[in-house]
Amino acid sequence: MTNKVTKAGSISRRRLLTTASAGAVLAVSPFRINLVRAEEAPIKIGFPVPLTGPYGAEAQDQVRAGQLAVAQFNDAGGLNGRKAELVVRDDKLNPGEAATRTLELVEKEKVNFVVGSLSAAVQLAINNVTKERGVIFNSISQSDAINEAADFSKFTFHEALNPHMTSGAVGRYAFTKFGKKVAFLTADYAYGHEMVRGFLEVGKEFNIENLGDVRHPLGTTDFSTLLPRLQALKPDILCISNFGRDQQIALKQATDFGIKKSIQIIAPLLSHASRVAAGPQAFEGVVGGCSFYWGIEDKFASTKAFNDAFRKMYDGKLPTDYGALGYGGVRTVLEAVKSAGSVETDKVVAALEALKYDYYKGPQYYRKCDHQSVQSVLVIKSKSKDMKNESDVFEVLSTEEPNEKNLRSCEALGHKA
Amino acid sequence: MAGLSFDLIALQLFAGLALGAIYVLFAIGLSLIFGMLTVVNFAHGAFYMVGAYVGLYLISIGGNFWICLVAVPILIGLFGLAVERVLIRPLYGRGIDYPLLLTFGLSYVMVECVRIAFGKTGYPFDTPEVLQGAVNIGVGYFPLYRLFVIGATAVVLLALWLFLEKTSFGLIIRAGARDPQIVRVLGVDVSRVWLIVFGIGTAIAGFAGLLAAPLQGVIPEMGGTILAEAFVVTVVGGMGSIGGAVLAGLLVGVVVSMTSLFAPEMAKVSIFALMAIVLIVRPQGFFGRAGLMS
Repeated sequence: MTNKVTKAGSISRRRLLTTASAGAVLAVSPFRINLVRAEEAPIKIGFPVPLTGPYGAEAQDQVRAGQLAVAQFNDAGGLNGRKAELVVRDDKLNPGEAATRTLELVEKEKVNFVVGSLSAAVQLAINNVTKERGVIFNSISQSDAINEAADFSKFTFHEALNPHMTSGAVGRYAFTKFGKKVAFLTADYAYGHEMVRGFLEVGKEFNIENLGDVRHPLGTTDFSTLLPRLQALKPDILCISNFGRDQQIALKQATDFGIKKSIQIIAPLLSHASRVAAGPQAFEGVVGGCSFYWGIEDKFASTKAFNDAFRKMYDGKLPTDYGALGYGGVRTVLEAVKSAGSVETDKVVAALEALKYDYYKGPQYYRKCDHQSVQSVLVIKSKSKDMKNESDVFEVLSTEEPNEKNLRSCEALGHKA
Repeated sequence: MAGLSFDLIALQLFAGLALGAIYVLFAIGLSLIFGMLTVVNFAHGAFYMVGAYVGLYLISIGGNFWICLVAVPILIGLFGLAVERVLIRPLYGRGIDYPLLLTFGLSYVMVECVRIAFGKTGYPFDTPEVLQGAVNIGVGYFPLYRLFVIGATAVVLLALWLFLEKTSFGLIIRAGARDPQIVRVLGVDVSRVWLIVFGIGTAIAGFAGLLAAPLQGVIPEMGGTILAEAFVVTVVGGMGSIGGAVLAGLLVGVVVSMTSLFAPEMAKVSIFALMAIVLIVRPQGFFGRAGLMS
């Protein structure tokens, strides 16, 4: 009896040891850790934007609104309880830096999606990385090239407007109202080039006369040596295609040189953050385009809801154009995740393609062939008086409704029909 | 593009000189500090930026531009004195790279502090009302404020020249730059002289930042671009030569302006091309003393 008991005791001890060690082996095995992590890991969205440098003001708004979209997703319960997280990186407005950061986001941070960028050139560098790694990238800054077959991939989405749409809308408005003789001052990189090409294309319909295109490097701080030449050309319209701090300084100095007295200045895009940073004087009377202005909240319930949520999260501040893009870019991806019920790339791509959405500016959808978001373009004018609050900076002159006719055709972009 | 008229070329030349005046004003402080102290002040751009921000702050609490014109150089100069006394002085006699690295790091600290205090986004800086608008200078319209900047630069240069050449303290400064040891033997406290020179140099940087603010607004990174241009000016003019900095600054302005007229894409490259040519033909610059860097 005693023997048996001892035996049984020894067996049970041996069993205990075996089980314990097996458990320990299982616990430290990578397989098991992955299982646990997969249940708890957040959905990560990489967000490379140029926080420092000439487009910093706009980039910070992209982050703010992107955070809002993530917060809303998480508050609504996430994907069956799985939360999302925005992983922000500074791409310094440099394609090389952006590629490195994106690679790091994909390889080290293991992000599920990438949303971001604020440059026609930098987004192509990001897209190159995501395309190769098969990661969905939703770009929130302007580019024509990203729609074209050479740069496009099924993982590439474009929530922002493209230069063709923007310059088209502004051109159609300006060339009928202000005159036919047009001179250009252009930032010498993809964004500027694409904008000028768009203006000249739409200008053909209106028989505009191109007096000349003066190009300046990105990050120019003094335009005093370029302005006399442009003034001497005596155009009806001076079209300034640059962005961020370049736009602020160019408009400020053009005002100082008295150009506005005889010439109407237009810009393809008038940035809200730049208008605030440069002040009312510099932007006074300038006409341009934008993808979003908070003031359309009277027209769209979605705009009102977005504005209110943004105000609540950021002490009464109102969202800007590029902020709205940050929101739209992140929200569309997260909504697609919800409707796909998964973060699997192919399922989310299909869900994004199927989206018909109205999250902040009225109806939008991604065109099938190039994943360009078909949406409205606003033509706006900068205000200098009767401003109700610090965000009351633009007046909406006209709205070009969403229409695939205003996009380049799929065939022209090199996509097979 | 339309043909070139005489008026356009004349206006372009004038625009170049006006731009050159801004380069001169910025580079002069850099050159002064290098010439007298052999300190390559990489934080010069940061002092310039802080000058603009101090002006912005003073105006926001009720000051005006004219008060700033006096207060900003004084405040930035005092800040410069503190920097020299606490950070630069322990490094004298240790080789040229020590203060260079220190000021390089300091510039990052200053930019980051301003980002924390004022945010990363820029601010508008309105041109004072009486200086707004453009005036006819005979060949075309030119912004009144830029004419004011040319005048202010001329005043600073004249004051600096009188101070260095016509006062006894200026004599000590010049002697201290030639041979500090002899000056010390003669019973002059050289470290006090250097302190004051550094203060004057930074005060001019702050003043230049304030003058630049209405041209381009203020942003924490505004000192970066101009620092590169100012180094070109000091190298072309000859490291440490004030007269050289004036001549080179105006020349760089005119080169940028004329390149802008004919090939605007090349404007940024042109100043570095100019520097390369000058370095090949005359390595010490226009009026530089050979061997100052060794």
